[in-house]
Amino acid sequence: MPTTTIAGHEVEVNDEGFLTKPEQWTEDLAPELAKLIGLELTEDHWSLIRFLRSDFAAQGETATLRRVSAQSGTPVKQIFALFPAKPAKKLAYVSGLPKPKGCV
Amino acid sequence: MSAERKNVVVLGAGTAGTMVVNKLRKVLPEDEWAITVVDRDDIHDYQPGYLFIPFRINKPTQIRKAKLPFIAEGVRVIFAEIERVDPQGRTVHLADGRRLDYDQLVIATGTTPRPDQTDGMLGEQWHGDVGEFYTYDGAIALRRSLEEFTGGRLVVHITELPIKCPVAPLEFAFLADDYFTRKGMRDRVEIVFVTPLDGAFTKPMASKRLGKLLTRKGISLETDFMIERVDQERKVITSYDEREIGYDLLVTVPLNMGADFVAASGLGDELNYVPVDKHTSRSTAYDTIWALGDASNIPTSKAGSVAHFSVEVFVENVQDAIAGRPLSRSFDGHANCFIESGKGKALLLDFNYDTEPMGGTFPLPTVGPMSLLKESRANHLGKLAFRHLYWSALLPGHPLGLSADMTLTGKVPVA
Repeated sequence: MPTTTIAGHEVEVNDEGFLTKPEQWTEDLAPELAKLIGLELTEDHWSLIRFLRSDFAAQGETATLRRVSAQSGTPVKQIFALFPAKPAKKLAYVSGLPKPKGCV
Repeated sequence: MSAERKNVVVLGAGTAGTMVVNKLRKVLPEDEWAITVVDRDDIHDYQPGYLFIPFRINKPTQIRKAKLPFIAEGVRVIFAEIERVDPQGRTVHLADGRRLDYDQLVIATGTTPRPDQTDGMLGEQWHGDVGEFYTYDGAIALRRSLEEFTGGRLVVHITELPIKCPVAPLEFAFLADDYFTRKGMRDRVEIVFVTPLDGAFTKPMASKRLGKLLTRKGISLETDFMIERVDQERKVITSYDEREIGYDLLVTVPLNMGADFVAASGLGDELNYVPVDKHTSRSTAYDTIWALGDASNIPTSKAGSVAHFSVEVFVENVQDAIAGRPLSRSFDGHANCFIESGKGKALLLDFNYDTEPMGGTFPLPTVGPMSLLKESRANHLGKLAFRHLYWSALLPGHPLGLSADMTLTGKVPVA
């Protein structure tokens, strides 16, 4: 796996740039990751990022968009506004988590 | 004596539930175990046949039978709606007030298309210009819609994953290309495949190959489309990011959800699927509850092949559980799926939790006769023939000679 340096931390990433080790993520990485995909984080972004991190810790996998919406009480439309076009993927990327499994 | 017998209760007598009761009846002594199966009606459809109805490849009479003749003697069958399960009290409550106590419970109530979950889908055009092929009635209605279609844009659309038989929408697009070509009107039909995924399919290798097949057949692909609503007046579907796609005929796959009683019992996830250990199908919350077939949340295809392979593993494991032994078998997520590609050909995918679809031959290494990940006539004939095998061998629980575990012999990774 290639490594890269973000916000002074050396992290392992896959070929799409997703962190491969969720434990290497720290909160100061998120704004840098966000910048790489053209986002500036607001408190609304953060509440979803924190939800995704804690849900991942409990469930062992990245929540789907539907789960994020249902569990956090955020309408899907609003998640799209915060993370345009590919919200599930972008939210996972900024949170240092694997993208949700494309269901098979 | 019957009062002292223990109880296995199986909810749902579809593909998984029917196989389960038939296999269990062979291994659990009748004087020790009562087996009861509950379903709402006595209709058993061969669901892979739904895809073929609109194109007149199968007739409705070929895919619908009664359930009872396929259920072994010594199994009690109850036709009723299920209200809820009380997992602490180990009781199933039926809507008519009856209660069934269980020692082991199998939830096999599958997944159901829910057009009511998308704004505007269930309008006046439902089963008309807005069609679907995941129900018996829907498939028959769509046969008429295709017949009457005079040209324009056909949109084949997936609402959200997971869905039952995830390759079926692609097959529908391929078969539609073939159908309109044979009718001599392909040049008047634009076919658009609209998916919430970022490619034609979920598995990267298969997605690439299937994407090429779409291109070759002149079918355009619209990806990352999360539908927000259907506007039947304007004949437009709109995504959450405000993209609009017009249609003359929309063939949609509505949101799929597990049974409502699963949610009412506190046993489901956001889509009413029962969280289970993916290797044993046992509930992660209750040791006496198992979920098989489409009803569970295991991360592999919702397909009859998965139901078949996982039921085999379950039947051995539940005997271990009853005897108080550790579970001895582990399901590897083995799925195999035929993909009709039109013009009398089909592809075959074979994969599991850890392995991408491979090339090679199936079921016999290097011999076949079917080839994996490649179009062939033999695959198409295999798919058509499977209907007979389903009724005569699979449902009664006879061995098919296919291994529950995926074998890698004779299979080759493809680039």
